[in-house]
Amino acid sequence: MSALTPEAAARVAPDVRVCHLLRIADTSLVLAQRLGEWVGHAPAIEEDLGLANTSLDLLGQARLLLSHAGELEGRGRDEDALAFLRDEADYVNATLAEQLNGDFGDTIVRQFLLDAYQLELYERLVVSADRRLAEIAAKAVKETRYHLRFSSGWLVRLGDGTAESHARVQASLDRLWPYTRELFDADSVDREIAAAGIGPDVGVLAEAWSRRVDGVLQQATLRRPADTPFHWYGKRGQHSEHLGYLLADLQYLQRAHPGARW
Amino acid sequence: MSETADWPLYEIFIRARGGLDHKHVGSVHAADATMAVEHARDVYTRRLEGVSIWVVRSSDIVASDPAESDALFEPARDKIYRHPTFYDIPKEVETL
Repeated sequence: MSALTPEAAARVAPDVRVCHLLRIADTSLVLAQRLGEWVGHAPAIEEDLGLANTSLDLLGQARLLLSHAGELEGRGRDEDALAFLRDEADYVNATLAEQLNGDFGDTIVRQFLLDAYQLELYERLVVSADRRLAEIAAKAVKETRYHLRFSSGWLVRLGDGTAESHARVQASLDRLWPYTRELFDADSVDREIAAAGIGPDVGVLAEAWSRRVDGVLQQATLRRPADTPFHWYGKRGQHSEHLGYLLADLQYLQRAHPGARW
Repeated sequence: MSETADWPLYEIFIRARGGLDHKHVGSVHAADATMAVEHARDVYTRRLEGVSIWVVRSSDIVASDPAESDALFEPARDKIYRHPTFYDIPKEVETL
């Protein structure tokens, strides 16, 4: 991502920019909703609060990004309209984010893989040609550093813990790993965004993520799963079976009582 | 949440701002000191309460015995001359 100007960003078609923003925003929003499901159920009250804090950080990021996307789109949709009134096929989050919480290890693996991704992403977005996006990234990058510290800490404890915790968290990793492919499978939106200096080159992102993930997996004595020819395209609106239920929960109130406020 | 019975208790001290001292704010369960700092961050600094955290194993704190309160603290009760309230402070001294 070279130091391009806001003018370069402005030449990119609004629908491409909106799609790019929604991918980041939806991933944060869906993951926030998933983490929220832990409230009252985490293994300890301290972890309960930790997961809730992360969830609220992610929700805050999603709100800023959705508002920005709504303004760029120019169709009068605000953050609430985008969050509560879009259907499943219009959500473009990474499929990994919508995967079920499972046990604590499943949640930690999902969180770790996405935290590492978001950290590499936000660290590069702070110099985005889209000034507003750069500002949002500057706020998010600090939050995300803590999220990754939390999830990698737990990954190492579970991976390098007892025989049972090691086996279970390795199984979680094997199960969730295939969903990471989508993050680095560049399409025309990714390429146009990178060319305009709005976002990073996906290949560069993939390498940085890989290095970071390998380092923690090694500490956690976990085996990096082999890449498989497996494709989900949540980022194009093709989701796993789990997102519909999550959105039903998330959107119920606004769907049942349109415009309700309190 | 019964598993946390295995985790030792840590006492948490938070410094609200640079220059102030660390104050005891409560306690958390954690597997080790590193986790205790993270738990303390998540439990006690959610509303900008602090800039620094100390944690210490509760079992490492040596406390005075409440049964000895009379011997330890009562003798100070009638020694009001230990309070610096019997001096005339010169007007020139602004802050003392």
